[in-house]
Amino acid sequence: MQTMSQADTTEPTISLKMLKAMVGIGIVCACLIALTFEYTLPRIENLKAEALNKAISIVIPGMVTKKTFGVDRNNNLLEVNNKDKSPHLLYAGYDENGKLMGLAVEASGIGFGGVLRILYGYDPEKQAITGFHVLESKETPGLGDKIEKSSDFLENFRALDVSLNEDNVTLKHKITVVKNGAKKNPWEIDGITGATISSRAIGNILADSTRQMAPLINRHKSNLEKN
Amino acid sequence: MLNKTLNISTSPHAVQGVSTADIMRNVVWALLPAAFFGVYAFGLSALFLLITTTVSAVLTEHFLCRFSNKESTVSDWSAVITGLLLGMTLPPNFPLWMAFLGGVISITLGKFIFGGLGCNVFNPALVGRAFLQAAFPVAITTWYPAFLPDRFSTYSVATFTLPFMEPALDGFTGATPLAAFKFSHQATAIPELALGLISGSTGETCAVLIILGGLYLIARNMMNWRIPASILLTVFAFCGLLNLINSELYPTPLFMLFSGGLMLGAVFMATDLVASPVTPLGNWVYGAIIGLLVVVIRIWGGLPEGVMYAVLLGNAISPHIDNLIKPRVYGTGKR
Amino acid sequence: MSVPAKTKTGFLDSLEKSPATDIFLKGLWRKNPTFVQVIGMCPVLAVSNTAENALAMGLATAFVLLMSNTLVSILRFVIPKQVRISCYILIIATFVTMADYAIQAMSVELHKALGAFISLIVVNCLILGRAEAFASKNTVETSVLDALGMGAGFTFALFCLGAVRELLGNGSLFGIAVFPASFQEWVVMMLPAGGFFTLALWLFIFNAVKRAKQNKERGKALP
Repeated sequence: MQTMSQADTTEPTISLKMLKAMVGIGIVCACLIALTFEYTLPRIENLKAEALNKAISIVIPGMVTKKTFGVDRNNNLLEVNNKDKSPHLLYAGYDENGKLMGLAVEASGIGFGGVLRILYGYDPEKQAITGFHVLESKETPGLGDKIEKSSDFLENFRALDVSLNEDNVTLKHKITVVKNGAKKNPWEIDGITGATISSRAIGNILADSTRQMAPLINRHKSNLEKN
Repeated sequence: MLNKTLNISTSPHAVQGVSTADIMRNVVWALLPAAFFGVYAFGLSALFLLITTTVSAVLTEHFLCRFSNKESTVSDWSAVITGLLLGMTLPPNFPLWMAFLGGVISITLGKFIFGGLGCNVFNPALVGRAFLQAAFPVAITTWYPAFLPDRFSTYSVATFTLPFMEPALDGFTGATPLAAFKFSHQATAIPELALGLISGSTGETCAVLIILGGLYLIARNMMNWRIPASILLTVFAFCGLLNLINSELYPTPLFMLFSGGLMLGAVFMATDLVASPVTPLGNWVYGAIIGLLVVVIRIWGGLPEGVMYAVLLGNAISPHIDNLIKPRVYGTGKR
Repeated sequence: MSVPAKTKTGFLDSLEKSPATDIFLKGLWRKNPTFVQVIGMCPVLAVSNTAENALAMGLATAFVLLMSNTLVSILRFVIPKQVRISCYILIIATFVTMADYAIQAMSVELHKALGAFISLIVVNCLILGRAEAFASKNTVETSVLDALGMGAGFTFALFCLGAVRELLGNGSLFGIAVFPASFQEWVVMMLPAGGFFTLALWLFIFNAVKRAKQNKERGKALP
């Protein structure tokens, strides 16, 4: 009898104590996290935007202002607000007079170590790729990540030919990656010795993306040139 | 009284056995023809390379024995084999400082860390090579042409690269018969492959001399003939099957047998006395697994050559093979 | 006979009476979490590929350890025994999330390099281990000292690994080239396998130093 009554009186108090402690700690922790989040959010967004701007100005040299575009279901280009959550695919860069300097296009594919996300510059006048910047990569450090660092490799993308056929729908030549030193045509990429798979991945990503985007950009050229 | 002590011991009263050093010395003799052929084919660079890896392995062994207050085990010749084998699996124009590092790694990580000779889980030379492959992937796939006319008077620029410096690329990359097949589907004629008139690692090119060395060891009962037989048969059968299915895509079994480091791997690497299974049936299974892995890695893997990884993986599972295939102990009944 | 008893009382003595520096040095050196206790190895092997990453990871862990040790010690009479682990995890997760935001606000690049391993500080057994084994039983001041010592020890160990791996794997330290341009990088050092090699090397050095010290002391005690 005695033990029973003891259990009756102690158990609720223990549970109550546990509940109080956990709820109390939980509330304090939630407040701490919320405060940190509020405090750091503007800075984080700033830094991210800055990083994006930097990446775009790498692939579109001379860019001063930019506009963001997305592609809708009917393959139309639509200008989107920066705060918009829809995936941004295209950035148009303009110089101080509002002249179109080039386009920066986001593209991704599978590299050696996982997803490889890049931003490449496209010049609708020359119909050529003018450079690329790696946004996200899991390539082997010191080997696969030469795609970002090797100046010889980046030289390939100064003016990589992706010109369209007369029908404005298909590309004249598919971008191909060749063995190091074997580049003969402006649409070929010299691979990196020791990073064959990573350099091929870049080629494939560009080939896939330009096949879709180059005709699209061409169709909406007048739309893009307006600033 | 005569000044002679009477030896009292339990049976068996073996008069004279073959010591470890005897076997190891004979393995070195068996390796030498193929090594000399490498020197003949690739010239001075290959000679320097083989000397460097051997000296490095022997010095490391000696130093580590001294360090751990043990008697030096250099005289059992096993370090010489490790060094020589390592050198034979490297390209002839491999920088000497990297080769020296490979010798050190082979002995320390491949052998000494497990407790020295008789305790190593993996073939020490292949441990060293795997490290070099992971550390210097470009240098280890830069090949040097065979039978250059001035090979005995000049050497590769890369050979004497300063320690820790990047070698100059004077070779050509990815042009061994295996790479040629993998990347541009060009098969090399079998006689050229068998006689070693091709480019490749220093000691792996001449299949005929490697087989002769193996036969010598088998004849002296110093090598387990089941392992190479099993590996080569499996590769032949598996590759033959693939070749029957699609001869465009898959190479002929003979090409597979004589190209790359398969002969060297099957005869001298996989047969490491310590890292291979004990029972005859276990040896057949072990060889078959390695053979399958070689074909799988060569055909479907990212690299053109897969013998090294196949043998290392085979080494890793050989204790498990021993565990699964236990001979029945006499008198204990049938399971 | 008296040897084990002696070391035991010695250890207890050091816990009870020793000065603050001793608690700090215990974590930094004598009971270094990585080199002596060998706990919390996941980030040690995963993000020690450059000195910068290693240092950032070490500091983030040290921050979480310091804050959680302090809070756990303050609340040590409030937290009921039955739910203590969930309370600790709650506290630790809070500070990990804060550290995550803080690192993002400092540098996007760094956050990208450290990746998921910041969130994984939550399950680093070093932090939960110190909360359970030390902070829940000791005063706030000693818990802070313990966290500082352990955090410093962890950061030091990570930095040791990161420095060696970056030097050999990239020829630089904190991104500044140390060797001439023709330096041959050891790619393996940047790969996960390099983490194991470097850890083995440091453990070897630590043990060799420890053994030499012991031998010296034994040599002194004998005559």
